Amino acid sequence: MINIKRDVCAYCGACVSVCPHGALELIDAYLSVDETLCRSRCRICETVCPLGAIHQEETASAEEIKKAQPLFRV
Amino acid sequence: MKDSYDVLVIGGGPAGATAAKTAAEAGLSVLLIEKRPAIGVPVRCAEGIGKQGLCEFIEPDKKWICAELKGAFIAGPDGSKFTLKKNSSDEALGYVLDRKIFDRELVWKAVEAGAEVQVHARASAPIIINGKLQGAVIQQHGITHEVRAKIIIAADGVESKFAKWAGINTTVPLGELETCAQYIINDIDIDETTAQFHVSAANAPLGYIWVFPKGKRCANVGIGIAGTKSGEGHRARDYLDKFVKENFQNGKITELIVGGVSVCKPLESTCADNLLIAGDAARLSDPITGGGIYNAMYSGKLAGETAAEAIKSGDTSKTALSAYERKWRMSPMGIALIRNYAVKEVFITLDDAKLNSLFHSMTDLDLDEINVKNLLLKIVKSNPWLIREIPTLMRSL
Repeated sequence: MINIKRDVCAYCGACVSVCPHGALELIDAYLSVDETLCRSRCRICETVCPLGAIHQEETASAEEIKKAQPLFRV
Repeated sequence: MKDSYDVLVIGGGPAGATAAKTAAEAGLSVLLIEKRPAIGVPVRCAEGIGKQGLCEFIEPDKKWICAELKGAFIAGPDGSKFTLKKNSSDEALGYVLDRKIFDRELVWKAVEAGAEVQVHARASAPIIINGKLQGAVIQQHGITHEVRAKIIIAADGVESKFAKWAGINTTVPLGELETCAQYIINDIDIDETTAQFHVSAANAPLGYIWVFPKGKRCANVGIGIAGTKSGEGHRARDYLDKFVKENFQNGKITELIVGGVSVCKPLESTCADNLLIAGDAARLSDPITGGGIYNAMYSGKLAGETAAEAIKSGDTSKTALSAYERKWRMSPMGIALIRNYAVKEVFITLDDAKLNSLFHSMTDLDLDEINVKNLLLKIVKSNPWLIREIPTLMRSL
């Protein structure tokens, strides 16, 4: 489950741009998560946030992490 | 809000406003929607722009110009730096804008040209009938509207949701999204006419720190780092705080700005049946500088012009609209994007030791034309090892 710290989020939309599944949407100043679309638990949103407002609570399985690797680009 | 328009523009930033103005000037009925309650805020931008580029679209105005830049310096990891000036003159090379006012000015011009503007109005889904994009579902004040349009111009910025909903993959790879944080800092000792760029793998991994003067003793001080370099304890804001503590300890912060800037290649396709994508939504921000205001206005204007031609000819298919794509790819903007991407790919491989050596070889530059290409040529000239080490670099220059 994606947890958003509402007092930290500055609703900039960076996370929306990198979500590989389109699970995030900024409804004006409110970051909304569609948990049904958050499939890989990749934590890309949690990683990218410039302020650290996002926290993904579950740990992805090793298989899920492996599947998500191509989504990162070093 | 009416039921249908010739053109629906999604997003009230520079791309959307310029597209709306251009389409309205051509006599089309235009609706511009902006999901925020206001145009121009919150700012998600370092607000710097070259003079030449800006003047292509609008006469500079004191109302929204915070500072005139007459030069720049670029500093490397150990602090050694070189300056950039144009023909030893005092002429303005660029400006730092007040986008809260600038964006509003652009939207006002669109309204003056005949476009309708609705704020706090958000496209929540495309209207697709028989596989064809016909309009958008728009939410405003709790009411759902269905608006049809012959052409939709998606200018919805870095989030780029609308094109994604329409089936185009607009996702930015994590390593190519600069996650950024910026402060407006006051009461600091700076040269108000000089833009600063600080490069360092340690202090600004795969990005850079900027100090863009906003006026007397005031500046936008910010940083962008690659998304893959971000994480708990080392986010953009953490790096920024370190820089500010070391350089502007007594400054007073009056604003926090955050955002994402793509440094990937532009979208493979920026048009589809009845759809054009412009500005940051099309991933047109520059891969080296991150600058996107000019590219947004240019692509917005081109999108408006292409929409007008297509509607007048009665063919708004992807084939008809692909004139937009061809034109921007062949334009100086399109060529610069390809070149700058290739160069960026080279420069991100340089560690601080190599960066220091690069900076040590540079002298202050006095150029006829200050642009990325001329700067790169000078850097390569002073650092021939770059060519030996990275042969692909010369091909892109």
